[in-house]
Amino acid sequence: MTFSSEDLKIMDSIIKRYPRPRSAIMPLLHFVQSKAGYVTNEGIELIAKQLELEAAEVTAVSTFYTQYKPSAIGEYHVGVCTNTLCAVMGGDAIFASLKDHLGIENDGVTEDGKVSLEHIECNAACDYAPVVMANWEFYDNQTVESAKELVDSMRAGNPQPPTRGPNKLVTWKEASAVLAGLNDGLAHEGVQAGQPTLLGLKLSKEGK
Amino acid sequence: MTKLAPVLSAHWDEKDSFTLEAYKRHGGYKASEKALAMDPDAVIQLVKDSGLRGRGGAGFPTGMKWGFIPQGDNKDHYLVVNADESEPGTCKDTPLLMANPHVLIEGCIIACHAIRAKHAFIYIRGEVTHVVRRVNQAIADAYAAGILGNGIDVVLHIGAGAYICGEETALLDSLEGFRGQPRLRPPFPAIAGLYARPTVVNNVESIASVPAIVMNGAEWYQSMGTEKSKGTTLYSLSGHVVNPGQFEAPLGITLREILELSGGVRKGHKLKFWTPGGSSTPLFTDEHLDVPLDYEGVAAAGSMLGTKALQIFDETTCVVRAVLRWTEFYKHESCGKCTPCREGTWWLVQILRDLEAGKGTEADLAKLLDLCDNIMGRSFCALGDGATSPITSSIKYFRDEYIAHLTNGGCPFDPVASTLFVGAGA
Repeated sequence: MTFSSEDLKIMDSIIKRYPRPRSAIMPLLHFVQSKAGYVTNEGIELIAKQLELEAAEVTAVSTFYTQYKPSAIGEYHVGVCTNTLCAVMGGDAIFASLKDHLGIENDGVTEDGKVSLEHIECNAACDYAPVVMANWEFYDNQTVESAKELVDSMRAGNPQPPTRGPNKLVTWKEASAVLAGLNDGLAHEGVQAGQPTLLGLKLSKEGK
Repeated sequence: MTKLAPVLSAHWDEKDSFTLEAYKRHGGYKASEKALAMDPDAVIQLVKDSGLRGRGGAGFPTGMKWGFIPQGDNKDHYLVVNADESEPGTCKDTPLLMANPHVLIEGCIIACHAIRAKHAFIYIRGEVTHVVRRVNQAIADAYAAGILGNGIDVVLHIGAGAYICGEETALLDSLEGFRGQPRLRPPFPAIAGLYARPTVVNNVESIASVPAIVMNGAEWYQSMGTEKSKGTTLYSLSGHVVNPGQFEAPLGITLREILELSGGVRKGHKLKFWTPGGSSTPLFTDEHLDVPLDYEGVAAAGSMLGTKALQIFDETTCVVRAVLRWTEFYKHESCGKCTPCREGTWWLVQILRDLEAGKGTEADLAKLLDLCDNIMGRSFCALGDGATSPITSSIKYFRDEYIAHLTNGGCPFDPVASTLFVGAGA
């Protein structure tokens, strides 16, 4: 795929955010993923050209960070937290059952290209454990059954909305654009906080 | 009994709490107005007087950090906010930014004024799409309202999945467009930080605490907390408890108090071990329920306050499994720059895997401790040091449990018993 002149303008605006162009490598890599789905060779070459770097320098950065994918993944990328706390509370069981249910291994993609699966590290939502992420949106307090239903809804083309996120789950490419710092206008959707976030405040109002 | 004291979290229960309108309804951006009319040195002095200390783990006095920035040097200065919240168990900055991103922006304005910086960068981890949206929108709204752009600019920078970027110098390399690997210090960021310019790197909660201090004064802030740990802070309770969540309280509250007011350990079970400040802080047990959770109290008991991430594990949890999983995390996240950490964490995993499977010998415990000894303090940053914390502390408190894996020929625990949905037919 070729990047359009409109895409090049967006890349230029990303570079202009920073005092020094090289700082834009990371958002530009997210932007490439928003267009191509993963970090393509064409994307690497383009970033290198825009920033006047060698392609090897851009590749070196891209391969350091786990969110930049070297090959195509699912329209909905599912991450199951298997760091200690989530793992113990059910994350291991959820991850094992999703592998079985989808017939794929860690880093695998379903044949229809809808769902990919990855075990992830702590995602800063431990008070909502066990946690599953999809396109880096929160699906809190998951069980084996609820996680299976979630991926089924994705494969049926009608994914369940995140627990704390917009009203509708955006695609991997759309989420990547948000991570490139582009505003998709959905910030006002969804709750401001879940119940665990508010528990201390609630108890304080009860005099505790 | 210590009472909860919501300051940062005071208005999170309002449905539109993340909007500019809601923030202004509660006096938002009045503190930055006040601070901008003050001499920058007076702002630094105020923050010094308040006793505010870094909430990202190390607990360094915030005002003192600001004071290290050289003045009149005709160089650009930078403020960098560390929102790369990734320490296992830590989950306070993420809900804070989702519920009230404007308090961070206001804190940035005040801090920039104090350290004579025109640019602030917020480095947020990449795995939280909706939090990114909220912060990005808040910045856009602040520009549209003329709050930003009048001499102070805030740029949002989004990470891409690397725990190490929470370490301040790795974060700076990452922000400059390189692989996120720590730098040797000195020079410290205050002298040569972002683009080799004087830079303050502060945690989200530290910067978000500043507007209230400016509005209410150092004395008000000093009135909360303990002798050397002032103010309120967010304690994050998770794991085998009836009600996990965020609890904002004066520093020095105890785990016993937090458990009592929140409903305690899950029914029919008892506390086995816990982390006071994330997985990089040595484990505590039920002996430590009354340790004051402030910087000095936790340190005196042999651990660190860290990020105040209270991860609770009950008696159904195998400590060897828990520690192995954390160790696998450190091995995966070691950036590879320093040999003791890169190679050492790899060996720790090998030995722990054998021990968990009941294949090791008791001599392996001594070998683990020896390895930890050789990792500790021998790398550029503290990632490797953190990796040793769960191992050394678990061997100290639960040596018998390691041995039981050997005599049992494997793990004696049923992993189903420790899940949240045990007995729920899941």
